[in-house]
Amino acid sequence: MSSDKLNSQSNSEIVVKNISKSFGAGPFAKEVIKDCSFTIESNKLTVMIGPSGCGKSSIIQLIAGFEMPTSGEITMNGEPIVGPGKDRLVLFQESALFPWMTTYDNIMYGPRARGEGGAEAAELAEFLLVKVGLEAFRDKYPAQLSGGMQRRAELARAMINKPEIMILDEPFRGLDHMSKELMWEYYSGLYEEDRSTNFFITTDIDEAIFLADRLLVMTNLPTSTREVIEIDIPRPRKIDDVADSDRANEIKTEVMTLLHEEAMKSFSGGSKAAADFLEAYSKRAG
Amino acid sequence: MKKPRKRSMLANERDNGMNIRKFRDGLFSKSTLRGISAIIIFGIIWELGARSEELFGYRWPFLGLVPAPSAVFVSWGGLIGDPSYWQSWYMSFLRVFAGFMAAVVIGIPLGLFMAVNKTFYGMAFPSFEVLRPIPPLAWVPASIIFWPTQELSIAFVTFLGAFYTIVINVLGGARSINKQFLQAAQSMGASQWDIFKRIILPATLPSIVVGAAVGMGITWEVVVAAEMISGGGSSGGGAGGGLGFFIWSSYVGGSYEQIIVGMISIGIAGYMSSELLRQTGGLLTPWLKTR
Repeated sequence: MSSDKLNSQSNSEIVVKNISKSFGAGPFAKEVIKDCSFTIESNKLTVMIGPSGCGKSSIIQLIAGFEMPTSGEITMNGEPIVGPGKDRLVLFQESALFPWMTTYDNIMYGPRARGEGGAEAAELAEFLLVKVGLEAFRDKYPAQLSGGMQRRAELARAMINKPEIMILDEPFRGLDHMSKELMWEYYSGLYEEDRSTNFFITTDIDEAIFLADRLLVMTNLPTSTREVIEIDIPRPRKIDDVADSDRANEIKTEVMTLLHEEAMKSFSGGSKAAADFLEAYSKRAG
Repeated sequence: MKKPRKRSMLANERDNGMNIRKFRDGLFSKSTLRGISAIIIFGIIWELGARSEELFGYRWPFLGLVPAPSAVFVSWGGLIGDPSYWQSWYMSFLRVFAGFMAAVVIGIPLGLFMAVNKTFYGMAFPSFEVLRPIPPLAWVPASIIFWPTQELSIAFVTFLGAFYTIVINVLGGARSINKQFLQAAQSMGASQWDIFKRIILPATLPSIVVGAAVGMGITWEVVVAAEMISGGGSSGGGAGGGLGFFIWSSYVGGSYEQIIVGMISIGIAGYMSSELLRQTGGLLTPWLKTR
């Protein structure tokens, strides 16, 4: 069986144009995103990295259509996004597998919810179970799966809906280092198979560089795009190759410098005590 | 050919052995033994206390005034064959069942509707919160006035006992659903009805089961008190008055052993109902067992 079963409609791209988002109103409004623009190019894996708590998850809420931007516009293939849809599926930070459904029922949720849970969907579900290596866990509940298995089950649950764009919000956060690296290779393998449009959010530099075709480095709160870096490391990628690659280390240094600057800004901008601490620390070091 | 068969037989034997051992371990496990020995020790102390006057020459406080367990068992033995005793069981169970089922049937949809509909929540919640602290027993006089039969007023008070607990648990459970479950379902194209049926309802089930279990306990407390106050309902006259009335009429008739029999009967009946509910709840929420 080939992966063309899953071939999603390609050439989908999302353009984010000058969006801002504030929560609350009046003098208590807190601006989370400010004049942020970027493009999620079609058939590429775009990774967004930024300091934690910088508003990346808010961007996902907007792209997924769960919330609307305060100003600016997000379009998908030229059409403005007005609400959630199965063309843009989100994998959340924590597992959102339904605890009361078995792995199989979880995967079948989307098709069944749309009244498409027939033989074709069932066959695709079995195919995906094998693909994510969970055929032995078909009738287990999520609580019986390990963290890595849960993430794979969730990938399958998203893939069965053949989304045009897959949005992943720090999906491997909280996994131990070994499972994380396995998931990187596994996920990038899946991506390399069909090269659909993927948007991946992370705070982990190694993860970002290993996975990305394009890397968006974000500023601190209120967030916007600081830098776009093309990651020209050849695919298919293997953990060891990338770890040893000079180009990867070069990019890593660059990204770390950018992120460090952003982190510093938040220190001096945010808290007097933190700034004092930094000053004292640099004096002692000097 | 021989080898695999032999192996599978061995495997079978091992499995059977495991099952029997599991059963034996369950029956004679430390916690079961602890429970049984605690009851036996309690019975001995009680027996000694109740007979303290003839055994030690002076009466122990409290326990010295209570009928001895042996006397209670003798009295119980006499009642086992008495249909009116079982009629009391039957009447109490019937009232608990009626009140509890009414609370489930009305309380679960009400709690769910309050959770999903903001307008209805805004309208209903304040009145609900004013009514909730009123103890069910405070309703007894009013319900005797506005229900045509005593039977209905007892059932109504019993219903109130379980109702508030069930509603508040369902409401709390349905309102604390992980937002990501709803967003995930929404983005996969689920309709509002499908989200209610396959996300909100199962996600609330554990809270429903907890609410029902707590409500069941309160139901037994309430039914007994209501039976005492109302004089045993329409059938009256001792027989058919329920376990609460059984205790009361035993007290009035001066049969202290029977008071204890009635009390223990309620304890057993309550335990049976809770266990039944726990088993049903377990069947409804199989995924919780795997944790």
